[in-house]
Amino acid sequence: MRAEIILLIAGMTAVTFFTRFISFLVFRQTGVPASLEKWLGHVPTAILTALIVPSLLLPAGELDISLSNPYLLAGVVAAVTAFKTRNVLMTMGLGMAVMLTLRLVVL
Amino acid sequence: MSTEMIVERQFRPGGRQEFLSGVGESLPVLLGVLPFGLACGVMGRTVGLTAMETVAMSVFVFAGSAQFVSLTMLGAGITAPGIIILTTLLINLRHILMGASLAPYLLRLPLWWQALLAFGMADETYALTIGRIQRSGYHHLYQLGCNLAFYCTWVTSTAAGVYLGGYIPDPMALGLDFAMPAMFLALLVPRLQDRVGVVVCIVAAVTALLGALYLPGKWYILLAGVVASGVGGLLEGRRKAGAC
Repeated sequence: MRAEIILLIAGMTAVTFFTRFISFLVFRQTGVPASLEKWLGHVPTAILTALIVPSLLLPAGELDISLSNPYLLAGVVAAVTAFKTRNVLMTMGLGMAVMLTLRLVVL
Repeated sequence: MSTEMIVERQFRPGGRQEFLSGVGESLPVLLGVLPFGLACGVMGRTVGLTAMETVAMSVFVFAGSAQFVSLTMLGAGITAPGIIILTTLLINLRHILMGASLAPYLLRLPLWWQALLAFGMADETYALTIGRIQRSGYHHLYQLGCNLAFYCTWVTSTAAGVYLGGYIPDPMALGLDFAMPAMFLALLVPRLQDRVGVVVCIVAAVTALLGALYLPGKWYILLAGVVASGVGGLLEGRRKAGAC
């Protein structure tokens, strides 16, 4: 291992762990204030949505709302399955089945 | 809660099932992590890192997006570690928001548990943990199970990419990476119970789309997280005041 790469990995490790741990340290003494907790309660919905939308609509980095975008088609199937079954495995199974079918058969 | 109580809780029947269910529920998504780990290993070798250096990055950093960007920068001939470390910090700022939203649950644990669980908090493990909170409440061993399953997969698939690099066809070709948005959808839909939740989702979708189109890197996640949850907090405040 080269010294400059060790330094690079150590630095990346430190800043990454900092971002993951800082919130717990900040609220450690005081707990999370009630006013903030109301707001934080919506963070999961917001972040999940933010993780989903670009991966379905911008699979290659450019907006692609068309029938030739397998991520969008499989995503619609997965969303409908999630709504109907409320079952994670069913949702992933059907979504992946549509994705693989589109990739192996159609394209 | 004291450390003794935590230790006692771990050995209560159920702790082991919690851990195993965390591992088990991570398994389908690991299929989606695999191609990224492989790609990360291949890329490390491509930009001139040794096998050991590439795997060490996955072992210590454990942050897919940041690793891809740093490898890209190394490949482009940027050798100043400061620039790459700063970029890593910016890409990972979204973790601060995720940590804050988990803080109410983790603050009951001893500090070393918080540190251990924080180390393994990535997009996917965060999503699984809040999914479990939504379903049946928080359990630290469930979170540990998710974290360990993801961590082991990330490290081993990076190593596989390093050593099998030349023999693997394009790991992204099959669309296995769709496993992640599929899981996120399964966790998102049950959260859209009331009007506020639906509004938060719509605001986040529009913000994330615009952010992903016009902002560099992963800023869109943090932006959509702050803007949409802010709107949610405001709406809830108004509803409580009887204005909605």
